[in-house]
Amino acid sequence: MSENPTNIVLEIHDLCKNFGGLRAVRDMELMIPQGALYGLIGPNGAGKTTVFNLITGIYGSTSGQILFNGNSINGYEPHEINQMGIARTFQNIRLFSNLSVLDNVRIAYHGHAGYSFTDALFRSRNYEVKENELTDQAIEFLSVFNLQDRIHEVAKNLPYGEQRRLEIARALAASPKLLLLDEPAAGMNPNESVALMDLIHFIRERFNLTILLIEHQMRVVMGVCEMITVMDFGERIAFGNPDEIQSNPKVIEAYLGPGASVLAEKFKRKKTR
Amino acid sequence: MKFDKSTIIFMVGAIAVFAIVQLLITFGILNPFWTTILRTAAVMAIVSLGLNLIYGFNGQFSLGQWGFYAIGAYAAADVTYRFSQLQNANGLTVLFMVALLSTVGLVLAQLFISKIRGLDPLSALVLYLVATIALGYVGFLIGKVAAGPVTSLLVSMPKDVATQIVFFISVLLAGIVAAEISFLFGLPILTLGSDYFGIATLGFTIIIKVLLDNSDTLLGFEEMKGARGMIGIPKITSWFWVFLFLVVTVILVRNLLNSTYGRAIKSVREDELAAKAMGIDIANFKIVTFVIGSFLAGIAGALYAHINGFLHPNSFNFIKSFDPMIIVVFGGLGSITGTLVASFAWALVLEGFLRLWLPEGFETWRFVVYPILLLIMMLLKPNGIFGGYEMPYLQDLLPFKKKVKKAEPIGPANDSPEVTQ
Repeated sequence: MSENPTNIVLEIHDLCKNFGGLRAVRDMELMIPQGALYGLIGPNGAGKTTVFNLITGIYGSTSGQILFNGNSINGYEPHEINQMGIARTFQNIRLFSNLSVLDNVRIAYHGHAGYSFTDALFRSRNYEVKENELTDQAIEFLSVFNLQDRIHEVAKNLPYGEQRRLEIARALAASPKLLLLDEPAAGMNPNESVALMDLIHFIRERFNLTILLIEHQMRVVMGVCEMITVMDFGERIAFGNPDEIQSNPKVIEAYLGPGASVLAEKFKRKKTR
Repeated sequence: MKFDKSTIIFMVGAIAVFAIVQLLITFGILNPFWTTILRTAAVMAIVSLGLNLIYGFNGQFSLGQWGFYAIGAYAAADVTYRFSQLQNANGLTVLFMVALLSTVGLVLAQLFISKIRGLDPLSALVLYLVATIALGYVGFLIGKVAAGPVTSLLVSMPKDVATQIVFFISVLLAGIVAAEISFLFGLPILTLGSDYFGIATLGFTIIIKVLLDNSDTLLGFEEMKGARGMIGIPKITSWFWVFLFLVVTVILVRNLLNSTYGRAIKSVREDELAAKAMGIDIANFKIVTFVIGSFLAGIAGALYAHINGFLHPNSFNFIKSFDPMIIVVFGGLGSITGTLVASFAWALVLEGFLRLWLPEGFETWRFVVYPILLLIMMLLKPNGIFGGYEMPYLQDLLPFKKKVKKAEPIGPANDSPEVTQ
């Protein structure tokens, strides 16, 4: 690998996860440099979301290593991993659906609230100051995502696209260093996908983020990602930049079935002829 | 401290309600039947608020509330009984020292456990149990020694004052004891999913009932008289005391819920996985909520014990444990206002008016009326009377204080077309 090891944000080595006899992830390798927009793709059931769940501590790994900024994060609880600076969104949106938009973001600030339990119970001065600060911060933050008019609305009443945006906003509220997006464009039409791609580029610049995303819409993946790792049956079968991935026979076969790469080659030749 | 309008209205309203009822009682317009019902209603409101915290706000279906209520009732009753009937403060000193030192034990164990990574809940429980029992026993010994001097101090005071002091402390102690037991019980049980948790807590209520049935033989408290029922408890719970405890409870619960801790509690109900991924320690918040809810149950139990001066294990059987559950569901899960209104409605209508209206011998119809009302409720308004609504004082006011400034949107998110699904 050519990357400078000091700039690696997330490093995964020999990661395995077995569910009983099913080897969902095996010998997974991943290296994400600082500031990258990294894609993780693969056919359904390839183990992409499992990798996300392993990184965020929702599952414990069977073996292998996950290093975040050079420190092992194996065996930590999900909330601890979040506090270290890894945030995520979910494949099927998981908002706190009966709470207001504002509260959704304010919950993510929990670790930074800055007042104690007794402060809260007895409404001390510190509580009022900090709570006001936190609320202002949340409103300002929501306005970045153009949700400032919706703050008192119940999250489940938002239209789909705004729910996606709110979920990303919520994940970013605790100012993470690494953001994991699990199929952010799922269920979006082409226009919305384009807007989403802009949003992804924008948040990376603004919040100085490293982003790892899972996506099925090739338009999005090839449009935003600088580096891509392809998984199939729990294994990494290829990695490289989008052009390399598109012409990789292994990837084509994983998606279209064995023999597909030969056909694709023939098709290309016919076209050029 | 500055007061906004809703706080002033709430305070004035609370004082007015208190004063009116108090005047009616003083001038004898409300007979003992109705004052008892009012006090019972306030007590039910406290238990149900505790349960609403656990079930309505934190989403843990608990049937154990009644068990903690029973613990609180018997613990406080024993203390005041010993003082007023036996002229001995040993109940007070022993319970005080045990509660104090076992709390110290829990805190020490917590400090120790927080240093160990990845300890499973059962091993943690063993450590907590050892710490609690060891220090609790030391507390028991100290409490016995301290009984003599404290008794002579209290006896030297006017009898009324002394009884009130003992009563007040015993109510708080009952809450603390219930809270400690709920912590030790909740530690392993709260790792279960919601339904299993419900069944485990139902088991808890049944265990407590059986223990109380045999309190004179199994537990060795002769004055509790087991299944014959405990008599001779001083009737100290006045309208003043229940109202004071209720108002303080409402204010503290409201303050808790409208803080970052309250939002964390609600996030556990909404989506545990998302809450975890947002950095919320959900195991911790489940325990905290369960302990606070049980503390309130303990306090309510202690107040209840001193209303009639009589306790019987049958009032703590598991069928009764559905009373607070019905109140919480009826008033609206996650609504403090709803719980308050439903508690008073429950006591006034079902215990009060129906007893008077229904002809002699038809009292049992109450238990036909209850479920039918509940059925109608579930069909017409499954969220309960108040749903998630709160009266203004109880609402989260902070974002409303200031005008939300229209910030110029910066992101490209601005251009994204409005999505309609």
